[in-house]
Amino acid sequence: MGTSLIDSLSKATEFSIGPVLGFFIFVIAVLIIVNVMALIGGLGTYAERKISADIQMRIGPNRVGPYGLLQFLADGVKMIMKEDIVPSSVDKLLYTIAPLLCMVGVFTTLAVLPFSSLLTLSNLNVGLIYVLGVSSLVGVGIFLGGYSSNSKWAMLGGMRGAAQIISYEIPVTLTIISVVLISGSLSFNTVIEGQGGLPHRWNIFHNPFTVIAFFVFFIGALAESNRAPFDLPEAESELVSGYHTEYTGMRFAFFALAEYVEVFVLCAIASSLFLGGYKVPLNIGGDGVIGQLLQIATFFSKAFILYYVVIWVRWTLPRLRVDHLMAICWKYLVPISLFNLVGIGLWVLIFDGAPMYDVLANLFKSSGSGGHH
Amino acid sequence: MSSMGRLDIFAPVILLGAIAVLMVVGALVVGSFIRPKNPNELKNQPYECGEDPVGSAWANFNVRFYVTALVFIIFDVEGALMFPVAAAFRSFVHAGAGAVVYISLLIFISVLASGLVYCWSKGDLDWVKSYRIKK
Repeated sequence: MGTSLIDSLSKATEFSIGPVLGFFIFVIAVLIIVNVMALIGGLGTYAERKISADIQMRIGPNRVGPYGLLQFLADGVKMIMKEDIVPSSVDKLLYTIAPLLCMVGVFTTLAVLPFSSLLTLSNLNVGLIYVLGVSSLVGVGIFLGGYSSNSKWAMLGGMRGAAQIISYEIPVTLTIISVVLISGSLSFNTVIEGQGGLPHRWNIFHNPFTVIAFFVFFIGALAESNRAPFDLPEAESELVSGYHTEYTGMRFAFFALAEYVEVFVLCAIASSLFLGGYKVPLNIGGDGVIGQLLQIATFFSKAFILYYVVIWVRWTLPRLRVDHLMAICWKYLVPISLFNLVGIGLWVLIFDGAPMYDVLANLFKSSGSGGHH
Repeated sequence: MSSMGRLDIFAPVILLGAIAVLMVVGALVVGSFIRPKNPNELKNQPYECGEDPVGSAWANFNVRFYVTALVFIIFDVEGALMFPVAAAFRSFVHAGAGAVVYISLLIFISVLASGLVYCWSKGDLDWVKSYRIKK
């Protein structure tokens, strides 16, 4: 069934950790990771506003704290002091649990994120399926939020959100399957261990098809997290603010927090599957404490670069139309990813899973030695 | 390690889920002490940009969403069925049985691809379905 943080800690320290101590380690690790993620979600809103300001030649938030860095705390305080307006016509139960489902769906995916070779809360051997399954709770949350509000804007946003999220789940699933074909495992750590620190050993350059697969995955991930140019469920110029129109204060804040953390999680998954994850170039630092810290730094820097690209895309591209959105998914991404799957399978079959770099190196070596005859 | 002992792997999952729930409930409870509460009838209406809402939002919606969900289910099951094959594919290749597995994977994918082509030709992938009028 896989291993957990406790197993890798016991192995690294050669100290048998009992169930009680293990539980406390889990609680502490989970608390640290949740806090870091909440911080990333908060700083994500700051980064979004600052980068958008930069792109639009404005200054952006600069009043609260140095460079406006504490803006997200001020926003949080504002949100918590806002009146909690629950319209009288809503479905109370579903209205209450919708933000909960979004939060649970996003935060439970953190359990399998490989921050370093040691720091993985639970290295499930079905990690990839687990992420797909758990993150689809977000779609349920968005749909319930839209449906339960009993407002026309929210209803339209929720319906669009549900259709969009389930549609883009297909290309994302198919590209994940193509990574599984290469790695032969559903566990994040095995997928990463199959890659190397330098780009030519990454899965994205494993063969010509994986380059396409990466972009298909990235587009699908953008659409699944409702980020522009796929932000139709909350299209503010069409649907007021879509599925969370009727949500105020903290309830709204949790939808927003879930969205920003989900973007980070999807960037982290993209970097783990295709960009070598926590693998440090040339294995600098080795397996010691410094190595672990470098691995965590590598993981976060890759994820943050992708995060920047996500924000950059949002403030550069205009929003898609609904029919175009569906056409891109079903008429382009799904056929492309099916074709990719066939191609990657063929590559693994012919070259026995060797990456493109090795195949080309062998080719040049043999043709070079052939020239001497 | 006994097989029961491995259930501890899912402990972080439960912990993370519980913390996510606690964060939401905790923030709402803490907020209830400091936030104002002055509901009135107008404030509690659904938001429709200042107009009085007409009717409920729980009306019939476009059947396109339903068709999309149906097509999704077909392909999602396909994905679920392909995961085990994909995970075992490398070991099949190493064992020399790669070609057989690859061909069966091809047959499986081509059946599904033909399903996609069928949906496409029926116009079910178009958001606005156009009906050709037969003369």
